[in-house]
Amino acid sequence: MLTRFLGLLLLAGAVFCAGIPAACAHAFLDRADPAVGATVKTAPSMATLTFTEALEPDFSSITVEDGAGQRVDLGDAHTAADDTKRFSVGLKPLPPGSYKVRWRVTSVDTHKTSGSFSFTVAP
Amino acid sequence: MSQRLKIGAALLACAGGCAIADAALAHGFAGDRFFPATLQTDDPFVADEASLPTLTENPSDPTGGQSYAVEADIAKRLTSDFGLTAAYSWNYFQPKGAAPQYGVAGLTTGAQYQLFINEQHEFMGLLGVDVDWGHTGAVNHGGADDHTTVSPTFDFGKGFGDLPDSLLWLKPFAITGNIGASFPTRVDSDGDLNQESFNAGFAIEYSLEYLQHHVQDIGLTAPFDRMIPLVEITSTTPFNRGFNPDSGLTNRTGDGTTGIVAPGVIWAGQYSQIGAEALIPYGEGQGHGLGVLVQLHFFLDDLFPDSIGRPILGSGKLFGA
Repeated sequence: MLTRFLGLLLLAGAVFCAGIPAACAHAFLDRADPAVGATVKTAPSMATLTFTEALEPDFSSITVEDGAGQRVDLGDAHTAADDTKRFSVGLKPLPPGSYKVRWRVTSVDTHKTSGSFSFTVAP
Repeated sequence: MSQRLKIGAALLACAGGCAIADAALAHGFAGDRFFPATLQTDDPFVADEASLPTLTENPSDPTGGQSYAVEADIAKRLTSDFGLTAAYSWNYFQPKGAAPQYGVAGLTTGAQYQLFINEQHEFMGLLGVDVDWGHTGAVNHGGADDHTTVSPTFDFGKGFGDLPDSLLWLKPFAITGNIGASFPTRVDSDGDLNQESFNAGFAIEYSLEYLQHHVQDIGLTAPFDRMIPLVEITSTTPFNRGFNPDSGLTNRTGDGTTGIVAPGVIWAGQYSQIGAEALIPYGEGQGHGLGVLVQLHFFLDDLFPDSIGRPILGSGKLFGA
């Protein structure tokens, strides 16, 4: 009987979850191109990050640095016209080496998150 | 409606009416690191969140009795670095060969101050004080105390994303924990000594979310890319403050360290998380066998960003700018 009671409570919680109106939340990184930690043979011309939530581009940024800490992005970070979860920045021609992508984004409900990852260009 | 419920309703109503037009701060984040709300140990961050419910089937006690608990917790920020917590639970105890006993346990409240958050080193610290209020539950049937206990704590969280790249696969590790002490306000209850005690708890976590999105894309997809396997370890060690066997008091708590080892996993989504752990007791006088705990947890700041998910007094800090 108690097990049934506990099961009902869990079910009630699940129903509560399903009934919650659509809201926005912290933007987590969902995927990236180049991929997180990837080694690529061809230098990418752009870094594209896709998040779990729509972003406010005016309050979001991506920077890319080389191993010496020099900026190699073009400073033109922008969301895609048809998908404000997709955030991109152009890159200068990248010689072989390791690069650090740093992002700091604000989702449309004003929650802020940040993160970083590396990728390597090795033809 | 009881006085406590009235106070709770007033607090929620006040929170709901205070929509502050300022950028929200993220709960449980320190730089790249997201710390989930752990199930056994206090979290090292202030937040707007609710655990509803936490269901526990405790390991059998030494006499073979079995107990269960249903608990509700809520945490609410007053400022971006100061918050309050409240928890209530309902206990059910089935002694071996006797009639069951059940009732609400006592009310627990807490105040928390975020000491620091270091984003670069994924490090955070929090000072808190919890109060288990006496005579706020079913003392004779629900296991509630007949006295108030005050417990100051220091909570911390540290992620290891700042390790060198040569230790790539260790970066998803994090540890959270708390140390503190409990001070009962009565020496004894019905002739049994109320022990002061030293309390410690740790959670060792390996975040697959961190691995997939901050270290190395290994192709994890939902739901695995939001999972955090962990082991929590709690301990309580009585101070044994001047216990004198000739005093006529009994000491049912004993002198040794007791606690729980709890391996499990947390899945943290955008608005809620669910966690489950096995409960393995250790120490003198503890029960045997396995217990289990399941918790549903909601991030109120994500669910209700314009109302109860914001600090009541705005996003400013209690001290400093």
